[in-house]
Amino acid sequence: MSTQIEEQPETEEETEPETEPETQSPGERRREKKRQRAEAREQEVEDALDEAEEAVELKVFRYAPEVADKEEPRFDSFTVPYHKGMTVLDALIYARDVYDSSLTFRHSCRQAVCGSDALFVNGRQRLGCKTQMGDLEWPVRIEPLPHQDVVKDLVVDMEHFYEQMHAVEPYFDPDETPDGELEEQRQSPENREKIKLSTRCIWCGACMSSCNIAAGDNQYLGPAAINKAYRFAMDEREGTDRKQERLRIVEQEHGVWRCQTQFSCTEVCPKDIPLTEHIQELKREAIKSNLKFW
Amino acid sequence: MYEHDVIVVGAGGAGLRAAIAAHEHGADVALVTKLHPVRSHTGAAEGGINAALHPEDSWELHAYDTMKGSDYLGDAPAVDTFAKEAPNEVIQLEHWGMPFSREEDGKVSQRPFGGLSHPRTTYAGAETGHHLLHTMYEQVVKRGIEVYEEWFVTRVAVTDHDDPEGRECHGVVGYEIKTGEIDGFYARNGVILATGGLGQAFDHTTNAIANTGDGQAMAYRAGAPMEDMEFVQFHPTTLPSTGVLISEGVRGEGGILYNEAEERFMFEYGYANNEGELASRDVVSRAELTQVNEGRGIEDEYVHLDMRHLGEERILDRLENILHLAEDFEGVDGLEEPMPVKPGQHYQMGGIEVNEHGESCIDGLYAAGECACVSLHGANRLGGNALPELLVFGARAGRHAAGADMDDPLIPTGPDAESEPGDVELPVEPGIVADASDPVAADGGAVATPEAVLEDAIETERERVETLLERDGINHADVRAKVQETMTENVNVFRQEGNLKQALRDIRESRELYQDVAVSDPSRTYNTDLIHTIETRNVIDCAEAIALGALAREEFRGAHWRQQYQERRDDEWLKHTLLAWEDGTPRLYYKPVVLEGHEQTYEPKERSY
Repeated sequence: MSTQIEEQPETEEETEPETEPETQSPGERRREKKRQRAEAREQEVEDALDEAEEAVELKVFRYAPEVADKEEPRFDSFTVPYHKGMTVLDALIYARDVYDSSLTFRHSCRQAVCGSDALFVNGRQRLGCKTQMGDLEWPVRIEPLPHQDVVKDLVVDMEHFYEQMHAVEPYFDPDETPDGELEEQRQSPENREKIKLSTRCIWCGACMSSCNIAAGDNQYLGPAAINKAYRFAMDEREGTDRKQERLRIVEQEHGVWRCQTQFSCTEVCPKDIPLTEHIQELKREAIKSNLKFW
Repeated sequence: MYEHDVIVVGAGGAGLRAAIAAHEHGADVALVTKLHPVRSHTGAAEGGINAALHPEDSWELHAYDTMKGSDYLGDAPAVDTFAKEAPNEVIQLEHWGMPFSREEDGKVSQRPFGGLSHPRTTYAGAETGHHLLHTMYEQVVKRGIEVYEEWFVTRVAVTDHDDPEGRECHGVVGYEIKTGEIDGFYARNGVILATGGLGQAFDHTTNAIANTGDGQAMAYRAGAPMEDMEFVQFHPTTLPSTGVLISEGVRGEGGILYNEAEERFMFEYGYANNEGELASRDVVSRAELTQVNEGRGIEDEYVHLDMRHLGEERILDRLENILHLAEDFEGVDGLEEPMPVKPGQHYQMGGIEVNEHGESCIDGLYAAGECACVSLHGANRLGGNALPELLVFGARAGRHAAGADMDDPLIPTGPDAESEPGDVELPVEPGIVADASDPVAADGGAVATPEAVLEDAIETERERVETLLERDGINHADVRAKVQETMTENVNVFRQEGNLKQALRDIRESRELYQDVAVSDPSRTYNTDLIHTIETRNVIDCAEAIALGALAREEFRGAHWRQQYQERRDDEWLKHTLLAWEDGTPRLYYKPVVLEGHEQTYEPKERSY
């Protein structure tokens, strides 16, 4: 053993070890700890609520398909101490870590790039991490994305969304690439600028959830997938043959022509991608190309 | 049980690159990830990808900068391999459609970055990682590579030979988050861990909530040593309230740091008379905190990063994402006012000990990207070197696991590489809490056939999950918070013996508390309570390794600064810290730094910027 233990720990004062009867079983010990922790927590919550500027009430959609008493959808209320700068995601994390560890939602990066936490907040699709509690009407109502199957609480099944994304062949596939060693394809700054906004998509699914057409036509590719097609169709590096193929994909029965330019997707996109414009532009490109071959 | 030639755990940049490389070398490869690939934290990388593309630049210069940045704790074969292969990887990305920022002639742009002797950083706005991640995921889709998404890997299945170098890895055990199913992934050739960072060991971090050091902890418990864990990068420009990263690209483009008196302190206080704001990250972070500690911080907490003078057009062209981040997460308009910034945990230089093919000392177990330690970054990583690292070493691990012919590695791994045992006085026992009933302590399976090794591991994990679900106890969140608080308080930029010992005591207490955690959500469907509880165990193991390594290393090197030892001590400390998990207890030892590469030999020099 390479590590030596100091003879004496320097201090004990910062802990308050509770003396436990030696006969306690591990189960009893855990239950005892849980009870103590619950009491301490109640006090902490009270203190936090006292200290906070205000308390905000969350009304959160709950549904757990195979847990007795929770299979019926319902709303739970959580009172959360509010501080300036608090996001919807912060509030949800507080509710989960303090009140109910079974409260379920996706989240990861906290900075609007992973696209995990698109939610239906006060009746609108938003990213939880990017939405300030202070900008919302209280109480704040949080639901899973509409028009998608709910797996549990705020988690929806993204499978259909991913399938639609994959349906547009969402990968760069140029007619040819340079064969010289270390030779890049050239792309003009203007062309890069043209596709720039379309490349910002984080696959959060907010647009698809907001779209009336997608709600009524399950096969509709949807704004995110069409935007992905736009990203490649407009990239001058791919070449004209590939562009024709891409236009054929989005021109299909459940493609661009379904869009009725209601702009709901554009309004909810957390990355400010002009989705409706991109769909319209693909319609124009499709017409141009069809005229050419007519 | 699922079965493939190569199993890649984690689908961020390193995992995706490894999978593509393995696939191109004919392997049947699958990605297993606890998120969906596009949710991975590679997507949050902002600044760029370093590669010597310009005719006036050279891989030798890139290697030299990297070695200097590492404070001579990088291993030369890793550094040379990296610098030589980075240009190919960047061009490969371009051929895969990466939307790089461009020059007027249509070529990929390159900008200056900290610690670089040439403008070498390719980028795509200030959202380079997002584009890299999506570009590579697209190529995974194109190739039809199988992805098991939202499968949380909890254990690597290895044989139980006493000597880790005799162990073999045959797969991993995963938990499908949506269904609660526990199953095995049998790997005919190898398992590549690409699970990313461990920022959740700290409470002010740029890392995602998912970055819990899972790969590091799993490999460690299976017998692969952790290397140089004390070297943690604190990024100098994170937003004070959330830890959200403000790219080094801001300083690369000309952004300036000011203290409360509006002094340009990097120059005026002599922290970096040549490079100023573009000194290496460790240097800038220490300078900022010194200013704050000496009373020249703003609100006693942060400094200002000003980019207004760059002009709206340039900012919108190259740094637009920064405007959104500052606005959304700090309520500051970067076009109108300076942005508040302070250091935050950002990157783990240390990790699973591997060689330049990504092999750990366990046969068939690889690691790549942030969870691995080749060692490329040594004591400090340069900005813009993480993304090319995951490309170069992700690809190499993928190729090797797929059976490609590669040169013999020069970097030694495993207990045979030991040059001297470690010696450190600890305030408390490290390692597992002695409790025979602890179902999560034992690792390795005492069985004969490869399939049986995996079966055994699956059974162990089923029991572990059942126990956590069925028993009553405390919420893991309290335990995790305790670790995060002590790490941020005591194992930060400036380190003192007393604080490091306090951290070890707190971590010990956290381990004891962890004995009493339970999952109160009984659901088998999408039980995040269970996932987070298991992750917290990983956070504890990683935090302990960091604190332990930091206490042992009595010198100042790169990101590791000790109050009592404020200089680099090459005579004694030109060596890597290793921690091996032996029957639940970390064993500390050292191995020499390799300063001789295939083509270059490096001489430690004074490091100034």
